[in-house]
Amino acid sequence: MPHLKYRELFDAAAPQAAAKDFLPKLKIAAIEHFEALGFPTTRDEDWHFTSVSPIAERTFRPARPAALTVTNEDVARFTYVDSHWHLLVFVNGRYEPTLSRFAELDAEVQVMTFAEALKEAPELLAERLGTLAPAKQAFTALNTAFMADGVVVKVPKGVVVETPIHILYLTDAHAANASMHPRTLVIAERHAQVTLVETFGSLGGGTYFTNHVAEVVVGEGARVDHYKVQREGHEAFHVGTTQATQERDSIYHAFSFAIGAQLSRTNVYSKLLGENAEVRLNGLYALEESQHADHQTFVEHIAPACSSREVYKGILDGTSHGVFNGKVYVDPQAQQTDGKQTNHALLLGDGARVDTKPQLEIFADDVKCTHGATVGRLDEMAQFYMKSRGIGGERARALLTYAFAAEVLELIELDSLKVALERVLFERFIPPETV
Amino acid sequence: MSSSIESLVNKEYQYGFVTDVESDAIPKGLSEETVRLISARKNEPAWLLDWRLKAFKRWQAMTEPRWPNVKYNDIDYQAQTYYSAPKSVKPLQSLEEVDPELLKTYEKLGISLNEQKRLSGVAVDAIFDSVSVGTTMKEELKKHGVIFCSFGEAVLEHPELVQKYLGSVVPYSDNFFAALNSAVFSDGSFVYIPKGVRCPLELSTYFRINAADTGQFERTLIVADEGAYVSYLEGCTAPKRSTNQLHAAVVEIVALDNAQVKYSTVQNWYAGDQDGVGGIYNFVTKRGKAFTNSKISWTQVETGSAITWKYPSVILQGDNSTGEFYSVAVVNNKQQADTGTKMIHIGKNTKSTIISKGISAGHGQNSYRGQVKVLPKATGARNYTQCDSMLIGNQCGAHTFPYIEVGNNTATLEHEASTSKIGEDQIFYCKQRGLNAEHAISLIVAGFCKEVFKELPMEFALEAQQLLGISLEGSVG
Repeated sequence: MPHLKYRELFDAAAPQAAAKDFLPKLKIAAIEHFEALGFPTTRDEDWHFTSVSPIAERTFRPARPAALTVTNEDVARFTYVDSHWHLLVFVNGRYEPTLSRFAELDAEVQVMTFAEALKEAPELLAERLGTLAPAKQAFTALNTAFMADGVVVKVPKGVVVETPIHILYLTDAHAANASMHPRTLVIAERHAQVTLVETFGSLGGGTYFTNHVAEVVVGEGARVDHYKVQREGHEAFHVGTTQATQERDSIYHAFSFAIGAQLSRTNVYSKLLGENAEVRLNGLYALEESQHADHQTFVEHIAPACSSREVYKGILDGTSHGVFNGKVYVDPQAQQTDGKQTNHALLLGDGARVDTKPQLEIFADDVKCTHGATVGRLDEMAQFYMKSRGIGGERARALLTYAFAAEVLELIELDSLKVALERVLFERFIPPETV
Repeated sequence: MSSSIESLVNKEYQYGFVTDVESDAIPKGLSEETVRLISARKNEPAWLLDWRLKAFKRWQAMTEPRWPNVKYNDIDYQAQTYYSAPKSVKPLQSLEEVDPELLKTYEKLGISLNEQKRLSGVAVDAIFDSVSVGTTMKEELKKHGVIFCSFGEAVLEHPELVQKYLGSVVPYSDNFFAALNSAVFSDGSFVYIPKGVRCPLELSTYFRINAADTGQFERTLIVADEGAYVSYLEGCTAPKRSTNQLHAAVVEIVALDNAQVKYSTVQNWYAGDQDGVGGIYNFVTKRGKAFTNSKISWTQVETGSAITWKYPSVILQGDNSTGEFYSVAVVNNKQQADTGTKMIHIGKNTKSTIISKGISAGHGQNSYRGQVKVLPKATGARNYTQCDSMLIGNQCGAHTFPYIEVGNNTATLEHEASTSKIGEDQIFYCKQRGLNAEHAISLIVAGFCKEVFKELPMEFALEAQQLLGISLEGSVG
C-alpha cells in the first residue's frame, strides 16, 4: 500500500522538541487516521472523476530546508502590485522573513507564522487547530500529520484590517519530488474584517506536491474575503482544502483561481451556523494540455435565513479534464434558506472533457434553492457577428473566451488582484500577434 | 384549511383489497432449484433456462447496491415466494374462460377486460401475480401484424424474436435487481411492431400483486421494427399488507431505425401506511436502445411504493436519435424515492430532454438522480435537463444528484434545478378568487406537473391527476 510509506516518513522525522503537547498528539492521531484511510480512489463518491493515483504512486518526502535562491524579483512575479500589502513568503513550505514585509498593523491584530504562534499563542492553536478541518479526509489528515509551517491570523473584535494580507507559497528546484503541507488558520472575531490572498506559484519545482489546508472562523457580523490563486508548475500536484464556519450576520467570500498543476483538487467548505449569514463561493479555472482540475464546494445551511451564492466557470483546452461538484445541504432547521449555484464550462479542445455534479440535499420546506449548469462551446453566432465586424477567427475566439472568464473575475473585489489575474488570463488566451 | 383535509387524511388506499383466489405457488426460497422450477412451470425451452441459470449465478456473486438515497431493512431473499399463479389460469385461454373472480378484480381496479366495455383504442394485458390473465384486442392487433401477448406466450410462439432481443438492452449482469429478475422473472408483456406499422391501439399492461409474501418479477420487452410506432402504458396496484413486498421488474425497449416508442407508467403500488409499515419495494430497471433517427420517450408518474428505485434510461446508439424522460414523483408519509434517468449519447447529433418534477410531503424523501453522458464520438449532442422539487411540510426532503459527463467539445448541455415550497402568495391569490386552500394547492401542484402530464395519453393524464390529489391528501394544513 503506497500510503504506508508516509507512516515511515512520519516516524523518521525527529519529534519536535519545541512543540507543545497538543501538537504531537494531533499529528499522531492524524497519521494514524491517514494510515487507516489511505488515498481516496475513484470508488469514493467524492473522488469519482479524479484519480489521485499519480500522487499515491509516488512518495513525496516532506521538503527539507535548503539554501535560499529566491530573489525579490522572483517574488515580484507573483505579487499583484508594487503594493503596500502585507506579504508573507514561504519557499518550499518554509517561511522566509527576508522576502516578507509588513505594513502598519493594528497592535491587536496577530499575524504569525506557525512557529511564532506556537511560542506566542499556543493556547489559540490548541483550541482551534484541527477543529474546523478535522483529519477525517485523507489529504487533511496528511496535512495535519506533516504540517511544518503556515500562517495564523487573528483579528480581534471590531477591528477592520484595511490592507490585504498576501501569503505567497513559492517552490523552486529544491522542491522536486517533495511535499509541502502548509496550514492556514484565520480567526475573525465579532465584527472584524480581513482580506486574505493566498498564492501558490512555482519557480521551476518540477514534480512536487502541495497539500494545503485552511481553517477560517468567521465570527458574528464579521467578514472574511479569501482569495486563492493557484499557479503551480505544470508538473505539480496540488490539493487544497478550505473549511470555514460562519456565525450570524457574517460574510465569507472565497474565490478560487486555478490555472496550474497537472492534477489539482480544490475543496471549499462552509458551514452556516448562525442566522442570516452569507457565503459566496466563486471560482474560475482555465486548463490546457492534459491538465486536470477538480473543484468541490460544500455549503451546509445549518441556521435559518442564510444565503449562499456560487458561480464557477471553467475553460478547457487541449485534452484537459475539469470536474466540478457543488453540494448544498439544507438542514431541517434552516428555513428561509436562499441558495443559488451556477456552473458553466466552456469546451475549447477536441479532447477536453468535463464532469459536473451540482447537488442539492434539502430537508427544510421554506427554501429557495436553484442550481444551473451548462456545458458548451463558443457561440457560433457571436463569432459570426464579430467576423461581420471585421474581427476574424482566432481573435474572435480569444476575445469571446476572455469575455466568458471575465464575468467571474468581475466578482473579485480587490482591483489590483482583478487586474493582475485578467492579465494572466489575457496572456493565456490572447496570443500576442492577435492583439 | 386543515379540517376539510383532515377528513380525507384517513382515506384508504382504494386498491388495497385482496382477491380471494386459490393460488398455486411454489415454496418460499431461492435456489437454482427455484429457477429450474419456474422455468419448468412455464414449459420454457432450454436456452431460456440456461440464460436464467447464468443470471442466477451472476446474481449470487453480486451485492445489493447501497448507494441509493433510501433506507430500508435488509431484504431476506429466502423469505419470498418467487412464483404464484391463480389456480384457475391455464395458459392461452380465451378471455371468456377467465375466472370471473379475476375479472371482477380488474373491474374493481377500473380495468375492464370485457371487450365490449373496453376503452376504445386500448388493448390490455392483465398480469396477476406471476402470470398473465388475458390480453384483449388481440384479433384487431393481429390484422396489423402487431404481436402483443404475455411474455410466456411469446417465448413459446415467437422464440426467435425473444431470443434475439432478450437481454440486448439490459443484460442479465447489468445490476443486482436486473440479475435477480433475469433468473426468476415469471411473466410480463411482449410487444413487436413490424416494419413501418403504426400500432393502431394504445397497448397497456396492468400489473396486480395479490398473493402475500410474493415478489413480482415481470419482464417487458418492446421491439419497434424500422419505422414503427407504438404507445405503451403501464399501471400497477397491490393490496394493503403490513409486510413489504418486492417488485423487481425489467423493461427493455428496442427502437430500430426511424422507430418511435412512447412508454408511460402510472405507478401506484401500495405505499405503506402513515407510519411506513408495509408497502412495495419497487426496484426496477428500465432502459431503451435507440437506433438511427429513432425516438424513445419515457413518461412516469410515480405515486406509490414504499421505496422506488428506478432510472428509465435511453442509450442513444444511432445518429440523430432522441431520448426523452418526463417524470412526476410524489412521496408522502414515509415513502422514499430515488429516481431519475440516464441518457447515454453515443451517436452523432443525438438529443435528450429531461423534465423531472419531485413533490415531497409528510416525511417523504425524494431524490432525483440523473446522468447525462456524452461520449467522445457523440458530435453535436444536445441535452436539456430541468428538475424541480416542491416541498410541502417541514419534515420531508428533496435531493438532487445530477451527473453531467461530457467528453466531446461540440456538445451543448443545460441543466437547471430548483427547489421551493408552494408560495403563500400563490395560495393567497387563489383564495381571494374564491378557491379553498385544498383546491388552491391541487391547482398549483397540477400546474407544477403540467409539463409532464401533457406527455401522458389522455386517459392516463386524468388518472394521474386524480392520483396526485389522493397521494397528497392530508399533507397540507
